[in-house]
Amino acid sequence: MINLLSSILIVAGLFFYLAGSIGLLRLPDIYSRLHALTKADNLGLGLLIFGIAIHAQDLLTALKLLLIWLALLAASAASAQMIARHALRCETRP
Amino acid sequence: MTTAGLLFFDGLLLISIVSLAWAALASRDERRSVILFMAFGLVLAVAWSRLLAPDVALAEAAIGAGLTGALLLAAAHKRPARVAAGEAHNIVDHGRTGMDALLRWSVTLLCAALAGALAWALLHAFGNPPQDTLPRAIAANIEASGVSNPVTAVLLNFRAYDTLLELAVLLTAVLGIFALGQTTPGYRPAGPVFAGLTRWLVPVLILVAGYLLWVGAHAPGGAFQAGATLAAAGVVLRLAGRQHVGLPEGDLLKVVMAAGVAVFLLVGLALLVMGRPFLGYPPAWAGVLILVIETAAMLAIAATLVVAFIGGQPKPAGGLADSRTNVKQKPGKAAQC
Repeated sequence: MINLLSSILIVAGLFFYLAGSIGLLRLPDIYSRLHALTKADNLGLGLLIFGIAIHAQDLLTALKLLLIWLALLAASAASAQMIARHALRCETRP
Repeated sequence: MTTAGLLFFDGLLLISIVSLAWAALASRDERRSVILFMAFGLVLAVAWSRLLAPDVALAEAAIGAGLTGALLLAAAHKRPARVAAGEAHNIVDHGRTGMDALLRWSVTLLCAALAGALAWALLHAFGNPPQDTLPRAIAANIEASGVSNPVTAVLLNFRAYDTLLELAVLLTAVLGIFALGQTTPGYRPAGPVFAGLTRWLVPVLILVAGYLLWVGAHAPGGAFQAGATLAAAGVVLRLAGRQHVGLPEGDLLKVVMAAGVAVFLLVGLALLVMGRPFLGYPPAWAGVLILVIETAAMLAIAATLVVAFIGGQPKPAGGLADSRTNVKQKPGKAAQC
């Protein structure tokens, strides 16, 4: 049961990573690429982390995994905003 | 099944390492190569952890990918003229091009020779049965070392000389950086999002550095990783446009930068006076002494790396107002993009 649930979560996470990567490679301009990369990958990592955390031996390990996700959420939200801001100022407008 | 999966993963890892290295070398845009180099460092860190060397993986991720990448990016930022022109090679005179080609070829040849020597050594090593005399010697003496992490035991106890000399190399490097004169004013103040991120990221980095320092006694971590993490806090502050990047001022900065070597030497000499060999800790005191040395080393490493990132002597305290006006005076295109 636990194995099935975690497999579903991990496969779903990988799907979002794949979607994000395809978006990064295929979308036409920097803003939509950023959107694909940060949004889809955040969700992908979240699902992946939950899938792994189910297997964790104790609560502390699961909380550490959750912390990794939160740190990445903050980092990718901030870096997406900064890259978009720089692009808006210096390169192209959407 | 699992072995095949791992083999597949290792193969992917190898292919990404080699292709990222190639892409970083082949790119003509300096910034692009630096970013590829950082990605290369991260994948290399994964490879180290696959080789069951988490200490090296941490050091590679923090120093190799993170701080070296930041240093290289800052260096590329400082001379944008050459970066912009991909056709720069066509413009420069022939003598320069000849020198460039000569340099490139000699570096390539040296790297090929090094790779050949390493491959020969590896081949030689695989021919013989694995020798585990070193791990056994460490395991036999680990109780006397004062720590339970074998890597820390080697770095700070069994081969403490090597670490002392490494810290001396860092100190020499920072003397060279100080000789470059005072640092430039830095970047313009960060926008609201980055400023907000900085406000909680810097304390978290300091906390993580303390954790890495403490945990180094019995798990992967230690002064170098902790120092690099602490330095990352300084790098973030610098990028956020703060004039003060967390470095102490004036003479205190010099004390902190010399602290690693100084505390190491003091401990060694005190032990000599007490009739023990140089850096031969008494087992009962070894844990405490190692923690003291590592704390000083972490501060020195962090200060050195931050000074390297800002690229010169920090401005004295009074320079705050000056730098603000400096930034305001030239908000031209360099400040914009």
